[in-house]
Amino acid sequence: MKTSFLDFEQPIAELEAKIEELRYVQDDSALDISDEIDRLQQKSQTLTKDIYSKLGAWQISQVSRHPQRPYALDYINGLFTDFDELHGDRAYSDDPAIVGGIARFEGQPVMVIGHQKGRDTKEKIYRNFGMPRPEGYRKALRLFRLAEKFKLPIITLIDTPGAYPGIGAEERGQSEAIARNLYVMAELKTPIIGVIIGEGGSGGALALGVVDHLMMLQYSTYSVISPEGCASILWKSADKAPEAAETLAITAGRLKTLGLVDRIVSEPLGGAHREPEVMMQTLRRALKDELHMLQVKSTSNLLEARLDRLMSYGKFKEATAK
Amino acid sequence: MSWLQKLLPPKIKRGLGANRKTVPEGLWSKCSSCEAVLYRTDLENNQEVCPKCGYHNRISARTRLDFVLDAEGRFEIGAEITPLDPLKFKDSKRYADRIKASQADTGETDALVVMQGAIKTVPVVAAAFEFKFQGGSMGSVVGERFARGVSVAIEQKAPFICFSASGGARMQEGLFSLMQMAKTSAALTQLSKAQLPFISVLTDPTMGGVSASFAMLGDIIIAEPQALIGFAGPRVIEQTVRETLPDGFQRAEFLLEHGAIDLIVDRREMRDQLAKLIGNLMHHTALA
Repeated sequence: MKTSFLDFEQPIAELEAKIEELRYVQDDSALDISDEIDRLQQKSQTLTKDIYSKLGAWQISQVSRHPQRPYALDYINGLFTDFDELHGDRAYSDDPAIVGGIARFEGQPVMVIGHQKGRDTKEKIYRNFGMPRPEGYRKALRLFRLAEKFKLPIITLIDTPGAYPGIGAEERGQSEAIARNLYVMAELKTPIIGVIIGEGGSGGALALGVVDHLMMLQYSTYSVISPEGCASILWKSADKAPEAAETLAITAGRLKTLGLVDRIVSEPLGGAHREPEVMMQTLRRALKDELHMLQVKSTSNLLEARLDRLMSYGKFKEATAK
Repeated sequence: MSWLQKLLPPKIKRGLGANRKTVPEGLWSKCSSCEAVLYRTDLENNQEVCPKCGYHNRISARTRLDFVLDAEGRFEIGAEITPLDPLKFKDSKRYADRIKASQADTGETDALVVMQGAIKTVPVVAAAFEFKFQGGSMGSVVGERFARGVSVAIEQKAPFICFSASGGARMQEGLFSLMQMAKTSAALTQLSKAQLPFISVLTDPTMGGVSASFAMLGDIIIAEPQALIGFAGPRVIEQTVRETLPDGFQRAEFLLEHGAIDLIVDRREMRDQLAKLIGNLMHHTALA
């Protein structure tokens, strides 16, 4: 598939177009221009390195939403075997914006649950752009319980613009569905690893994000509100999204420094979509490490550490007792 | 000078309200729902509920706790905790300045007031949101005070009650605010383990990250009449689905009908109702 380029990648796109053109010319030309192509490819690499070494928060946010970025099912197919997708919340319906099921990771049975976005227009609509309704969260809740019962570690793959703001979603208790997951995940008796693979959109992301170990892919984001939403409320203009993105601290780097994320998983040059197989291998190694670390802990230690971690969130000033 | 002004005698000309005897500010107020003109004292004596139509006005956190708790034996929890600006957040104003302005405006240091006290001599821990403090938004201080309130409730073997009035998570503290949703919910798992009740009272408005965490986790969920309660704001929903929302959408009565809450309780009966529920859940001897 042809790579599609973001606005700030236009210089790379132009270079790549030129390379493409030369390749086409070379096919029916006696002249050997492979040296020239090599030179341009080198240049494209350097340029990409250069651009990606100084990405701003807003640009990273664009990469996190790149239309070719691997989605949850891509990771599930790439990293797991024997996947059986399980469906439905047993109360209302099956929400295709969240997928989940039992699979094997490195031979070990696990529960894997993730937000799922769609690739083409039809699938995007089917997946509701990765914005879950209450039944999606309730399906996840059911799978959490199932995992606990059968002692399966849980891996969540987080990638959503947020929980769906719709009439039906409100009628069926969107707030309660999210809240219930936060509550249950806090005391679930099995290890939980969360990976933010794309967009970590607010409460809709957190509802799969109360975990023992939180990883972020290098160009993913995690935020209390989308930069556009924040800009339109505080700056009264969605055009200020780049400023909002910067000040909201939504990137893996900033969040690691703030102590809100445990591990950053590096992406291939130019983002996960440029070399998905490389991305899979890097993530596989990271998951293997962390899963092992969590599984040697006793359940009581695991839960105690999870609770301590949850209760430690927050930065405030405390006056010392007089 | 127009012909009319020429015609008018000088006394009337100066008039136009300038010389009228002024009524002291705030003696009367107009109900924002039924537009009845009310004597301020009547409204205050009626817990800020319109005596004509029953409209529940928004009230401050301390007024709320005054209405519910016994006057004796109150201790504030978490007052020593005050906000920081961990992201050095700045939009049109600096967050640090916004905090100062809200503090000056409300007399509170952040958007949640937590107190240990009693309802009809039964010990409780009660928390109330100050909506005028940055829209009652939840940041690190709100989360920490909530968690400490829950801890005190566990120590004292007392029920925990929270009166919510909030627009949701506080944007200016970024992801720290989002994490307060997880923190407050986790605190409630401990209260539950101790088999102590959490009564969540939803007042106008309870939205976003507050609604989508502890507020919807009450063992019993009560709402005040007409309170706006929901995950997404009505405007966001309207923009997303591009339809006008049905009448009464996201109001307390709508939530009751859809099975999201247990009870709607008039503010004037709240104290009695809470005492009764707690008495029953905690197996206290029936009150006379």
